[in-house]
Amino acid sequence: MADSPRLAVRDIRKTFGSHEVLRGISLEARDGDVISILGASGSGKSTFLRCINLLEIPDAGEIRLDGEEIRMVRSGGRNRPAIQKQVDRLRSELGMVFQSFNLWSHMTVLQNVIEGPVHVLKRPRGECIEEAQALLKKVGIADKADAYPAFLSGGQQQRAAIARALAMKPKVMLFDEPTSALDPELVGEVLRVMRALAEEGVTMLVVTHEMGFARNVSNRVAFMRDGLIESIGSPQEMFGDGASPAFRQFIGHFQA
Amino acid sequence: MDFDFLASTMVTLLKAVPLTLALFALSVSVGFLLALLIVWMRVGGNRALSTFARAYIFVFRGSPLLIQMFLVFYGLAQFDFIRSGPLWPFLREPFVCAVLSLALCTAGYSAEIFRGGIRSVSPRELEAARAIGMSGFLLVRRILAPIAFRHALPAYSTEVVLMMKSTALASLVTVWEVTGVAQRLISQTYRTMEVFLCAALIYLVLNFIVLQGMALLERSLSRHLRAAPPAPKA
Repeated sequence: MADSPRLAVRDIRKTFGSHEVLRGISLEARDGDVISILGASGSGKSTFLRCINLLEIPDAGEIRLDGEEIRMVRSGGRNRPAIQKQVDRLRSELGMVFQSFNLWSHMTVLQNVIEGPVHVLKRPRGECIEEAQALLKKVGIADKADAYPAFLSGGQQQRAAIARALAMKPKVMLFDEPTSALDPELVGEVLRVMRALAEEGVTMLVVTHEMGFARNVSNRVAFMRDGLIESIGSPQEMFGDGASPAFRQFIGHFQA
Repeated sequence: MDFDFLASTMVTLLKAVPLTLALFALSVSVGFLLALLIVWMRVGGNRALSTFARAYIFVFRGSPLLIQMFLVFYGLAQFDFIRSGPLWPFLREPFVCAVLSLALCTAGYSAEIFRGGIRSVSPRELEAARAIGMSGFLLVRRILAPIAFRHALPAYSTEVVLMMKSTALASLVTVWEVTGVAQRLISQTYRTMEVFLCAALIYLVLNFIVLQGMALLERSLSRHLRAAPPAPKA
């Protein structure tokens, strides 16, 4: 099993109206991979990430988590998941971190973190609370356990959201522009948490505009353009001399 | 001022309060459950059910409650199959007819109020719930309903207060609740002003209590909007 990928997606396609957002994307993530997905806005990178846990339903393509394929059926000319239970289970094994945190506003931070383990995984509450407290300590907001999201800074909310995703013990973590909604001075605290996770060996797919993270933390960098992966490689390859002209032009915008 | 008359009127009217409260409590709770069913049909995604729910809401919001009550109380008796049916022992009772029509009507209003609450739930919070593996009833129970109910509460408490007042209509289908008893007193004494003032006072007090209860509920459901908990001393 060591050689089989944790997550394998093949030939994902997605069209909104007449606009083809994803034109056949394939990507594999092995255990411990940290893959940064870069690209201009509109290149389809968020849509791609959202297709992986079926928040968007791909029109075509294959998604496998630990070898298990998500089964789809066609009905009324559109794709849809065949079994909602399978979708729920696979989603519970994929941790998702959103750009705007999406914490549940009526629950405290601690309640947000134990919600999934207690009510989706049906694990004993006491155990979940202990683990949640450890996770909150790990992301550095143990003192905010009983606060409601509305009273946290953006950086604290995002770290709570990361703890919420980790509490499910996911096989792969998906990050959808986790620092894009943050004030510049709060970006660092979230990136530090993500870097620590990467060093622990958590498998991660990260859609981001943080070039430093892509370059220094991830072990692979994918560049998306017009609904396709234009180039992919190690940070050395991608940020070195062999990079594609399109990618060089793209990172040029960040060096201004 | 004839205080003796006022006092004796008050005593007589107060005896009818339990019946008013029974009408109120039963019709609000049955109406609440019915409203959940209707709003589920309305937003559940099934076309036929949604159309039915729309029609239901339109009919019960668009026609006078008094006529609905007359139709249930006097109208149903015209049908032989109802008179000979198993439910007739219940449906012949004025009290049951009053509760039934009050509940049917408030269900229409409440369903719309709850729909508004559901629409105001942030799609992002729902998406987070789906992303963690929730769907169907679990998602509704844990995320959608608590947030939606909190949003709907101010409008819903108005509806509940309206229901307390609507129980007065039951007097017109021979249920001897506060207004009915008041009218009977007036026909005996011809002292409209005193009797109806006493009755109005009773409704005011009852609604004051109901509103306090709703405000308390609203407060306890709004902790996430009030000041942050005090920071623990370092």
